[in-house]
Amino acid sequence: MNFYILIKITDWLIMAKITLKNLSHSYLTKQNNELDWALRGVDIDWKDGGAYALLGPSGCGKTTLLNIISGLLKPTKGEVLFNDKDVTALNPVERDIAQIFQFPVIYDTMTVYDNLAFPLKNRGLSGTEIDTKVKEIGEMLELTSTLNNKASGLTADGKQKISLGRGLVRSDVNVIMFDEPLTVIDPHLKWVLRSKLKELHQKINRTMIYVTHDQIEALTFADQVVVMHEGQIVQTGTPVELFEKPKHTFVGHFIGSPGMNILPCEIKNEQINFEGKILPTNTSLKKSNFKKTQVGIRPEFVNFSSDGIAVKVKRVSDTGRHKVIDTECNSGSIKILASSSTQIPSGSAHITFDKKYTYAYGDNWIIE
Amino acid sequence: MNKTFNQKAWFFVIPVFVLVAFNAAVPLMTVVNYSFQETFGSNVFAWEGTRWFKEILHSERFHASLGRQVIFTFIILLIQLPLGIGIALTMPKKGWGVPVCLILMSMPLLIPWNVVGAMWNIFALPDIGFLGNSLNTLGFDYNFTQQSGDAWFTTILMDVWHWTSLVVLLSYAGLNSIQPAYYQAAEIDGASRWDVFRYIELPKMKKVLTLAILLRFMDSFMIYTEPFVLTGGGPGNATNFLSLDLVKMALGQFDLGPAAAMSLIYFLIVLLICWVFYSIMMRDEARS
Repeated sequence: MNFYILIKITDWLIMAKITLKNLSHSYLTKQNNELDWALRGVDIDWKDGGAYALLGPSGCGKTTLLNIISGLLKPTKGEVLFNDKDVTALNPVERDIAQIFQFPVIYDTMTVYDNLAFPLKNRGLSGTEIDTKVKEIGEMLELTSTLNNKASGLTADGKQKISLGRGLVRSDVNVIMFDEPLTVIDPHLKWVLRSKLKELHQKINRTMIYVTHDQIEALTFADQVVVMHEGQIVQTGTPVELFEKPKHTFVGHFIGSPGMNILPCEIKNEQINFEGKILPTNTSLKKSNFKKTQVGIRPEFVNFSSDGIAVKVKRVSDTGRHKVIDTECNSGSIKILASSSTQIPSGSAHITFDKKYTYAYGDNWIIE
Repeated sequence: MNKTFNQKAWFFVIPVFVLVAFNAAVPLMTVVNYSFQETFGSNVFAWEGTRWFKEILHSERFHASLGRQVIFTFIILLIQLPLGIGIALTMPKKGWGVPVCLILMSMPLLIPWNVVGAMWNIFALPDIGFLGNSLNTLGFDYNFTQQSGDAWFTTILMDVWHWTSLVVLLSYAGLNSIQPAYYQAAEIDGASRWDVFRYIELPKMKKVLTLAILLRFMDSFMIYTEPFVLTGGGPGNATNFLSLDLVKMALGQFDLGPAAAMSLIYFLIVLLICWVFYSIMMRDEARS
């Protein structure tokens, strides 16, 4: 019990707010074009104690960003601030952070106990302090029965728990970072460990950053999700915001299953012209001069109706809870998500878009 | 499903049986034959039972060369392993330095063994060799052809030069297979350089080092060509290792019976040590 009170007090002492200012990084010594940058002008403001997720496909720069926050990488340009203090030049130990990697990192020759005690020993804590903390964390992660076993004999999820434990055992960490930590874990254990993480976050109330390419993982873990694409942040928001109002066509594609329908359109007189019809929308379309304009609508917000855009129904797949209908209009294909009980017209049909969720995109960014 | 049942398939394995018979079974059995018999040439044999084995096992000459062999192998392992690991740790991990280092390291391994012996013989000659001459100029009384200490020093130096590269290359391969996350995690855990070596690099190199120890043990325990060319076992019997002594007995004195018995004992020692070492390592592996 005392342990948690202690954590609460230290929490109050070391509130860590994380600010990233105009961060850019390149792994090359000379950069010729945009593609040579792994990160381009990233700005982030994260408040203390939040649960954040960095979401994006492989190679979008999320691991690079994480390694810059932890201090394993020095950014080519920009600053990293913890509590408004510039830590860009500090190493991971000086930054007091914990990081859990994609593959479980354990010290093979040590016991589970020694693995958990290792970061504390290196920081010069006394034997009794170490003992209390290791046992506490062991219990929290349900490792008590294996504490005296050799760490190398454990299963993949047991090993990953040790990696996690080595991060949690230190009460002084500013932030705990996870780099796709559940990649090697069996599906049924993934769920268990993910809820464990969520539970831990509520218990110890520390800033956590979770990197993943899996939208379900990101959306269930985090309060705020940061979506990354080609080295840039395309949108930051709650899972609901990302779903209801994607700020970038990439977010529309990447989040949701199936992803957003995005089709070429014209914008004339501040109105969306699509298939010879004007599409009503709630957003303002005052900005213009785009090379490419598109209209976006999620499959959930497309409905069949007696008039509207003429389409041909191509294919219906029933997933059990709902149906995914592939339709084709002159501008391209449109997916529709309907409840299982919906009567699907065959051949020609007409559809309408829900005005509230119809957005126009100029050069892939939302027009509003 | 009309299968023909006969024994014709056996004909296909005959070539393998013939090959194995000629390159392994027949020579080995010849040695076994010799080891139990006395021969006077022109194919006259007399049964001697285990006499040669008893003689060899009790012979002081065998004890002496076995002792020299064990000391030699022990010393070179003691030098080559730490030195090899040390060099591998300092080698670059990327850039143009990698191929340069790898080529430099492979060079000694590619030189024929008798050439290595001849090279070092000339290199170490006290009057005209670069090494011998330099040492004498510096004031050391160095002469590997007459002083047994110098002969040992030169033989060990030659073997270290010739074979440390093998340990380096194996260790380097082992080090390169370690995921960067291990180093990053250690950095975050606040581990010292020594901790990284002790708890990450060394355990991860365990398999390649087992291989390195086995290979270096076998090769050094059976070393023949290089010391034969360098010292010929001398001065006196100072560097007369097991295989040198065996050849002297078999071809120099033509004591075929005792030489055959010695071969078998020699072979069994190598086999036994390798087996014991390997099983200990594997048992450890199975436990963890």
